[in-house]
Amino acid sequence: MLYVAVATRTFRRYSTYVGATVAGIFTNSVFGVIYSFAYLALWDQRPDAGGYDGSDAVTYVWIGQALLMTVAVWGGGTTDDLAERIRTGDVAIDLYRPVGMMGWYLAGDLGRAAYHLLTRGIGPTVLAWLLFDQFDFPGSVQAALGFVLSLVLAVVTSFAIRWLVACSAFWLLDQSGLRMMAGALALFFSGMALPLVIFPEPWRTIALALPWASYLQTPADIWLGKREGLDLLAALAQQGVWIAVLLGLGQLVLRSATRKVVVQGG
Amino acid sequence: MALIDATDLSRTFVVRRKDAGRRSLRRRREEVHAVHGVTFSVEPGEMVGYIGPNGAGKSTTIKMLTGILVPTGGRLTVAGVEPSRHRTELARRIGVVFGQRTTLWWDLPLRDSFELLQKIYAIEPARYRENLDAFVTLLELGDLLDTPVRQLSLGQRMRGDITAALLHDPEVLYLDEPTIGLDVVSKGRLREFLRTLNAERGTTLLLTTHDLQDIEALCDRVIVIDHGTLAYDGTLAGLHGRGGSMRTLVVDLVDEAPAISVPGASVRRVEGPRQWLSFPADASAAPVVAAVAASYAVADLSIQEPDIEDVIRELYSRS
Amino acid sequence: MADASVVRAAPRQYAWIALMWIRAALAYPASFWTLTVAGAIITGLDFVGIAIMFTTIDTLGDFGLREIALLYGATGVALGLADMAIGSVEQIGHHVRTGSLDTMLTRPVPLLVQVCADRFALRRLGRISQSAVVLAWAAVPIDWTPARVAVTLMMLVAGLGIFFAFFVAFSCIQFWTADASELANAFTYGGNTMTQYPLTVFPREVVLSLTFLLPVAFVNWYPSLYVLGREDPFGMPSWFAFLSPAVALALLALAALAWRTGVRHYTSTGS
Repeated sequence: MLYVAVATRTFRRYSTYVGATVAGIFTNSVFGVIYSFAYLALWDQRPDAGGYDGSDAVTYVWIGQALLMTVAVWGGGTTDDLAERIRTGDVAIDLYRPVGMMGWYLAGDLGRAAYHLLTRGIGPTVLAWLLFDQFDFPGSVQAALGFVLSLVLAVVTSFAIRWLVACSAFWLLDQSGLRMMAGALALFFSGMALPLVIFPEPWRTIALALPWASYLQTPADIWLGKREGLDLLAALAQQGVWIAVLLGLGQLVLRSATRKVVVQGG
Repeated sequence: MALIDATDLSRTFVVRRKDAGRRSLRRRREEVHAVHGVTFSVEPGEMVGYIGPNGAGKSTTIKMLTGILVPTGGRLTVAGVEPSRHRTELARRIGVVFGQRTTLWWDLPLRDSFELLQKIYAIEPARYRENLDAFVTLLELGDLLDTPVRQLSLGQRMRGDITAALLHDPEVLYLDEPTIGLDVVSKGRLREFLRTLNAERGTTLLLTTHDLQDIEALCDRVIVIDHGTLAYDGTLAGLHGRGGSMRTLVVDLVDEAPAISVPGASVRRVEGPRQWLSFPADASAAPVVAAVAASYAVADLSIQEPDIEDVIRELYSRS
Repeated sequence: MADASVVRAAPRQYAWIALMWIRAALAYPASFWTLTVAGAIITGLDFVGIAIMFTTIDTLGDFGLREIALLYGATGVALGLADMAIGSVEQIGHHVRTGSLDTMLTRPVPLLVQVCADRFALRRLGRISQSAVVLAWAAVPIDWTPARVAVTLMMLVAGLGIFFAFFVAFSCIQFWTADASELANAFTYGGNTMTQYPLTVFPREVVLSLTFLLPVAFVNWYPSLYVLGREDPFGMPSWFAFLSPAVALALLALAALAWRTGVRHYTSTGS
């Protein structure tokens, strides 16, 4: 199938940078170690902060390091290719392709995510398992399967938001400022900077309702067994609703951008 | 004194290759002689073509001449100094143009790039203005000075690059594939400019190229390098003799005829009434023409000079 | 090679190149300001994260929020200045791959100056000022004496020197493997993140390695203990507080060595 081919091609493209991958795994691991100790100090003071214990906190840190690149929290991925193609005008070629443009880029981004999961996801995770007794794998099959599903939804959510940011290049001369802002927001509200569960109210509730919670907090909570049974389904449903909204918005933006390109010639 | 003096110049690279024969991950160290015992010298004011097939050692030589790469053997001096030891010092006296990539700052307008170069090379303001004016006029860059480099076409960029390499009045200009990717008009203009530069300022030029028309238009002297060794050093005319090259006499007969047979020439091709005869490039055409005209009814005659590309191909295949 | 005139000319040459990039950046003011503000916000959120921790706790590793703010501000200013001044050195691998390193080698300006000043980003002032604000907030309750002021200034300069050395030294790896630019991040940004927290959150072995092996502890930890008037929790001698400049100089010397080795490797293999 076409989309599988697109995904495979992107996977291969990323897998040519071996040196970068090894360096990245190392860097992720260094940050994982730093945050693990910082969080352990926090949970040492308040052993039940956010409903986590120290072991949950350490596991959370390493899930975060594993997902940082996989979910492309900072930005990057095929949406960067899109922004570049909009800038150069090559996007016109994409617009006339007979297949859906969004599906095309999404398939590519899933291929990229698969590569990053297998390398920069699994690399630090193995290290965490070796270094920290507190690091735990999912406690049940339900948690493991739920995590995988939630992770796929996380990548799609992140893709949808990055898509919107990249499409701003249709109207803005230089979208790097917006891209950086979006990265900062994602970093904070995904729970990458600090687990959303220890935010004070009402910020905790607000942050958990935003789409960025999908990136890390939701999959991590499923991994940790904090959301089980119906609650797990509710978590996945929330991710699904945001995806529907954001992809719909993305489609709308693309349509008006297409009109702009067709009418004004770019 | 020679401006460039290379004696027995060599450059060996050590590469690690996977052992093909055995099924092992062990890599074999292998020495590659990119440049091997090359000796030549260039006098001030010369225009020299440095040619050879891909991987022959041209770029390696240019890198050594500019001091980017340290030779592994032999002696090399440019303007009296050893390039790799005095790279920064030598930089003020040479200009370099790489055809495949720009030496300008990609995101900045040409004018900013030039102004920065003025400071970097400590070019006197008066001299800088004079040079800039001259090159901008000669290379028709006037309207492009405020355009960022990334928006320039290849030809425009190349003109910008050449200006950048010349603002500080270098004694020698190295051009690595300067006409690559340019259209015919741009190529012609560039060659014209380089001729003028050499004639008016006496700038020594050393260029590597794949386009032998560059050589024919510019260089009195050619150095041919192949597999890292010097295959030829001399005039372009001499190269024809060396290569055992042939000139071609194209004969249009009144009627179709079997292959012409005359002494000193042989038929290479017959097509209807037209026949192609080749004879050695260093022999006179007169006896051949006379012999053909004496035995056949000729409608028209013309002589084709040997193609330098064929000559060089011939040279490579023999070395 | 590095004779006096070359060294004397270097700052001026650096300034020319940097100025040109500043002018180019300011040609698009909207873009410049969004990037500057975004930079400040990104690092600012770091501190917001730490502040949020303190809504559930009173001390982290036995340090209060104001005390952590001093550590955070000092390492942030030092890293920010180093990043602005020479952060571009991380692009060596890119220069190797695209061949622009060869172009730089044919110019009469030291390679390090060219690489560091390339794409000079004034927008990093955003992050620096954010760190400076946190530092100022931390400074309010401190009982300032001339000695503490002097140690604080020394801390910032030495911290800059240490990060400077890290940027250069770890970027040199790219002379051998051109696509490993992210490796340096583990030491520069990683070192910055590590020193945002009081080292008491780490086990003793980690603190020992951060003191003797990869001495980021001298960026802010030891001088800050002096400024805060605290005993060393790990029992290190109190004069470690004044050792930072010496550590910075030693690291700079090592970085210079790494740089020369890297350039020599490049000019002797051409790849």
